[in-house]
Amino acid sequence: MGLPNASEDLSSEMEVDAFRRLFPLRYFERHLAESIRPDARPLSRARDTTISMGAVASADGSALAKIGSTTMLAAIKMEVMTPSLESPDEGCVSIDFHMPPICSPLVRPGRPAEAAPVVAKQLSDTISSSGMINLKELSLVGGKAAWMVYLDIYCLDADGALFDAALLSAVAAFSNLQIPTVSLDDGKIVMLPEEQKEENSEKEPVNKEKRKLTLGGIPFSLTCILHKNYILADPTSEEESIMETLVTVVLDSSNQLVSLYKPGGAVLAYTSAVQDCIALTRQRVKELHQILEEAISGMEID
Amino acid sequence: MEVDRADGRNPNQLRPLACSCSILHRAHGSASWSQGFRFIQTSHFYHFNLFVFTSKCYFCYWVGSGDTKVLAAVYGPKAGTKKNENPEKASIEVIWKPRTGQIGKPEKEYEIILKRTLQSICILTINPNTTTSVIIQVVHDDGALLPCAINAACAALVDAGIPMKHLAVAICCCSAESGYCILDPTKLEEQKMKGFAYLVFPNSILSVLPEGSSLVQGEPMEHGIITSVTHGAMSVDDYFHCLERGRAASAKLSDFLRRSLQSKLPGDLSKAE
Repeated sequence: MGLPNASEDLSSEMEVDAFRRLFPLRYFERHLAESIRPDARPLSRARDTTISMGAVASADGSALAKIGSTTMLAAIKMEVMTPSLESPDEGCVSIDFHMPPICSPLVRPGRPAEAAPVVAKQLSDTISSSGMINLKELSLVGGKAAWMVYLDIYCLDADGALFDAALLSAVAAFSNLQIPTVSLDDGKIVMLPEEQKEENSEKEPVNKEKRKLTLGGIPFSLTCILHKNYILADPTSEEESIMETLVTVVLDSSNQLVSLYKPGGAVLAYTSAVQDCIALTRQRVKELHQILEEAISGMEID
Repeated sequence: MEVDRADGRNPNQLRPLACSCSILHRAHGSASWSQGFRFIQTSHFYHFNLFVFTSKCYFCYWVGSGDTKVLAAVYGPKAGTKKNENPEKASIEVIWKPRTGQIGKPEKEYEIILKRTLQSICILTINPNTTTSVIIQVVHDDGALLPCAINAACAALVDAGIPMKHLAVAICCCSAESGYCILDPTKLEEQKMKGFAYLVFPNSILSVLPEGSSLVQGEPMEHGIITSVTHGAMSVDDYFHCLERGRAASAKLSDFLRRSLQSKLPGDLSKAE
């Protein structure tokens, strides 16, 4: 095949950007041979991560998470509903993940992105597997009223590692969540707006003050790419499109494996690769835990 | 340490497997894969229904509750690829039809997982700019649905003659609270257990070359994971335990697949199972 020779001859004469577009795999492999990536990160380092809480003022809980350029906005709204007959003292959490056309040139209006329902399902499975939310805490009046939590995550910029950023924003939004006060009014639950709290004495509040949810084991994740013998942590969308084998490991703070997701891919994962991915995720869990703690304490000071 | 299973199997025992190929005449390739027996339960069902629900005996539920059965059909290669696909390679399109209900997010997730798994086993450079459609129809679901579908899809691709590097064998492993690992759970067992993992491995190699040539990173090639999807939290050690059990079971599954596909070769007049 003429191609390998062609790239060797042209690489010395071509501009870097042109070589990057025409021979993307060769471009990346030249970098990997030096144990570095095009954005000057070592192979096992994730991009800079920031979390900002309370991004949506009208929501009951919200957060904006950025991992490198990937940006996710999570917002939680709560509504009172009658619980189902099978679980009369449990609330419900409904998670939806949206990829509006703003996030990527590959997503056009009218045609939903392929990745969106997959990430949504992965998120709801992960959050229920990790036991972070105790559904019994969401019950108001046993058998009659419980909270329905609507979590919506909007992808504002899709630059790789969508699931990691979405999970981080969901976890931050739940940490920021304050359950609104409600009162019982003729057998119906009524939301109490802020101003009326002092005036109303005939309406008995069901919960006295806005409280936060107690969160169980908080899950954090890391997506890695497997390519030949290399493991790249936290890929960008360019890396994901060229080297297609992704492994997402979700661990919670007690190092329990919540999920190990590897949807096919040309590279087979042997035990050593799986162990390396889990070790990288453990480090990342510590970093993310610290970033989340700083963001929460930053909010409380205000 | 012994875990009692409802149907009396021991922890490492798979349900009885059945694979039939070329069952749909218009499809280029088709296969049905079932794990578990149906017929023993059907007679009880009919008997029960006849006396208790007499008005319903004509509509009685013949299919027993002890099996997972999936039907897979392959059409292709057809000309042209979809808009976002790479035209220099063959592309695979998966359509998943649930037994009842509308198509929702779980079905889309299964489609993507199956598509990526099949893309990694098919040789995509042979027929560029073509689309191969794999249609999965769930006939009955009693646990380990995704592994059953992957096995059925592989058998259907072989039946259609799509070029592949190797086959994929899929297995479901459950991890119990005591750290014990059981294989091929039923739906009730999946819901009761701490966590379960769907694992897909390449099939085992029968080769005249010596063992040493097939080792990669110190492990034989069939120990590599093609796909892994887990539900429920389990410890890292439990997961590796499940991996070992899954690998052992995949060797048995590979043998079964090889035997049932070999009996379909032309020139063999005996009836396939």
